[in-house]
Amino acid sequence: MAVDSGPAGAAPRSQPAIAFEHVDCTFRTPDGIAYTALRDLNLQVADGEFVAVVGPTGCGKSTILNLAAGLLTPTSGRVSVHGIPLAGLNRHAGYLFQADPLMPWRTAIRNVALGLEYRGVDRPTAEQRATEWLARVGLAGRGDVYPHQLSGGMRKRVSLAQTLILDPEIVLMDEPFSALDVQTRVLMENELLEIWAANRKSVLFITHDLEEAILLADRVVVLAAGPGTHALGEFLIDLPRPRDLAELRTTPRFSTLYHDIWQVMKDEVLKSYAQHKSRG
Amino acid sequence: MSYRRLLFFRVLLFAGLVTTWHLLVQFEVLPAFFFGEPAVVFQRTWHWFASGEIYPHLGITLLETLVAFVLGAGFGLGGGLWLALNPTASSLLEPYIKALNSMPRVILAPIFAVWFGLGIWSKIALGVTLVFFIVFFNVYQGVREVSPLVLANARMLGANARQLLRTVYLPSATSWVFSSLHTSVGLAFVGVVVGEYLGSARGIGYLILQAEGLFDINTVFAGILVLTILALILDSLVSRLERSVLRWNVRSTQTSPGA
Repeated sequence: MAVDSGPAGAAPRSQPAIAFEHVDCTFRTPDGIAYTALRDLNLQVADGEFVAVVGPTGCGKSTILNLAAGLLTPTSGRVSVHGIPLAGLNRHAGYLFQADPLMPWRTAIRNVALGLEYRGVDRPTAEQRATEWLARVGLAGRGDVYPHQLSGGMRKRVSLAQTLILDPEIVLMDEPFSALDVQTRVLMENELLEIWAANRKSVLFITHDLEEAILLADRVVVLAAGPGTHALGEFLIDLPRPRDLAELRTTPRFSTLYHDIWQVMKDEVLKSYAQHKSRG
Repeated sequence: MSYRRLLFFRVLLFAGLVTTWHLLVQFEVLPAFFFGEPAVVFQRTWHWFASGEIYPHLGITLLETLVAFVLGAGFGLGGGLWLALNPTASSLLEPYIKALNSMPRVILAPIFAVWFGLGIWSKIALGVTLVFFIVFFNVYQGVREVSPLVLANARMLGANARQLLRTVYLPSATSWVFSSLHTSVGLAFVGVVVGEYLGSARGIGYLILQAEGLFDINTVFAGILVLTILALILDSLVSRLERSVLRWNVRSTQTSPGA
């Protein structure tokens, strides 16, 4: 159970929460063609650090998260968690998927309580804590509705509560806000930062939105276009915390960072675009 | 068109059809011996209910339908779940299941009569074979199409194999049972009545069979009328049950996927 280990945890601080070392990941398509999604990827998330990974579409961003979650195993190389090579599912991690993974037959509160129930917490206690978490993500009093009765943004909040109620040491996020409208998105980003600041988790946040990456993260990693994706560059984001996302966007430092990172990203985006065009 | 007007025209249509039937027989365009007389049919039906003669038969047909549905759905749910989660067994059994499904299973009635006698169990057996395959295929398909995302999410939240079965596979399989509810209850009813019709001592099918033996066409029509009303009542009960059980399901308002 992840509850007893805070951000400082039992593991020594010197070990990164997640480390990818020379990771290759190759898939075999149904017609037998090998597709190398990742080639020689090196990536680290320090304990309590918020790392955002940006890259053009189709560059294997989700593959990175699936590897970190233990849902996939690398073809070669090593993924380790707190210095220990990952075998099977990553029990230290919570995973916020890009699409909506809620169970349609469970009410919001029962969805949030799901992980606690799996851990043997009795139902009244689990639902009590789920109620608290629903309130924390701004859905107080909406516990008894089913997912299809909620908007996309609300379902995302339920997913967030469902993942964070287990207090995972590591949070993996796959473009969690990409399907939301702009206003909801800013609200959710602010909420995420607030929750993160209260209890510093190690976060690996995948997005295609550079602006979002800079606003949220301590460090931004830029990926090359696929196939054979690897990290092209890393940028330390030295914007002060706590951050006001709306104001931060207009500061000169933000513009400089955006410009610098975009210079590295631009070529890859064009490359990816050309590939998609020639393929399609 | 407002609902009231619609209702009026629907009743008018029914009355018109019955009147046409009545007139055709009355003026001997159609022979009454073969086509019956609507007045006598309604009279016979009324007499059945007024004298209470029909109730034991109605009760038996309903009981058989209910038992056939519950057993068929239960076996279908269990079998579908088991097979969907066992790739080896499912690839081994696939051609046999296909064969059993494409066989016109009503033809098993004589065999069931020999195996289970002329009591209620041979009728239930026939109903079960019809219901089983509907539920079985729905559950089988449903479990195989469980969203990989919901599965991955449940695993990341810490579900073990048993918890996955209980919280992911079983609820999603059950939803498929309910989505085929109209078809399967209807087929339980069909199986039971056909079973009764082919040999029995009680039930609505038995009444029809007897009347047919006596060339009493009016009683045959009365039996059909009672069966139709019963089927309509069952169907509306199913709709009610569905609404209360599948509150979460947007799909529940649509008709079931192909039988």
